Amino acid sequence: MADAKRTPQKIERPLSPHLQIYRPQLTSITSILTRITGNGVIVAVALAVWWLLAAATSDSYFALADAVVTSWFGDLVFTAALWAVWYHFLAGLRHLYFDAGHGLDVPTAEKLGWVCIIGSVVLTVITILLVQ
Amino acid sequence: MRYLTARKRAEGRGSAGTGTEHHWAMKVSSVGLAFLLPVWLYIFGSALGQPRDVVVETFARPFPVIVTALILVVGMRHFAMGATMMIEDYAKGTTRKMLVIGATSLAWVIAATGLYALARIAL
Repeated sequence: MADAKRTPQKIERPLSPHLQIYRPQLTSITSILTRITGNGVIVAVALAVWWLLAAATSDSYFALADAVVTSWFGDLVFTAALWAVWYHFLAGLRHLYFDAGHGLDVPTAEKLGWVCIIGSVVLTVITILLVQ
Repeated sequence: MRYLTARKRAEGRGSAGTGTEHHWAMKVSSVGLAFLLPVWLYIFGSALGQPRDVVVETFARPFPVIVTALILVVGMRHFAMGATMMIEDYAKGTTRKMLVIGATSLAWVIAATGLYALARIAL
């Protein structure tokens, strides 16, 4: 009787291999990079919106925002974010492809990982050349 | 006291009680953003670093304004939901709640600021 009322005992189940002892693989690294790039891009979006607000406000405010976005700091943030957003874009497409049940075998999954890494660098360079 | 096994908790709409709603919303917004992003990167990248009159002229035209407004609304919803997912994976309790509220608020503030700037330039 007393037994039936007790909270179910925590059963010791095997844990999945811990990150720190798990050999890094292309698939796991490209997966976590998706999350890091997606969340990191917010820094550049905030900077871009501030710049747009300055453009909407006044000449003097725009001069300040323009000086920041065209400085080495602005270049660094926007170049990094450009790569990050292209990476997130390709990894997102890969996610949709995986979700549809395709490309889940190891050789294809690893190839798609390289597509994300190399493709994001290529798209970043193309974008920079296009908008210059 | 409710007796729930791990299996029971995961059945039906799952422990969150919303089923696949979050996942599906992320899929829908990701497809939208996949179309918007290349176009917006070109518009924004071309305007960045230009003098103020060129920037104002760009964002006074309908197409750049509409694409930027869509990027802000769809993108910031996508960010808020994605950031929530990340926070829920790594934080719990009060910290989790505060971080989720913070990330969601940041997304809305950025979207609202951007929309205000667009309205002020375009109208």
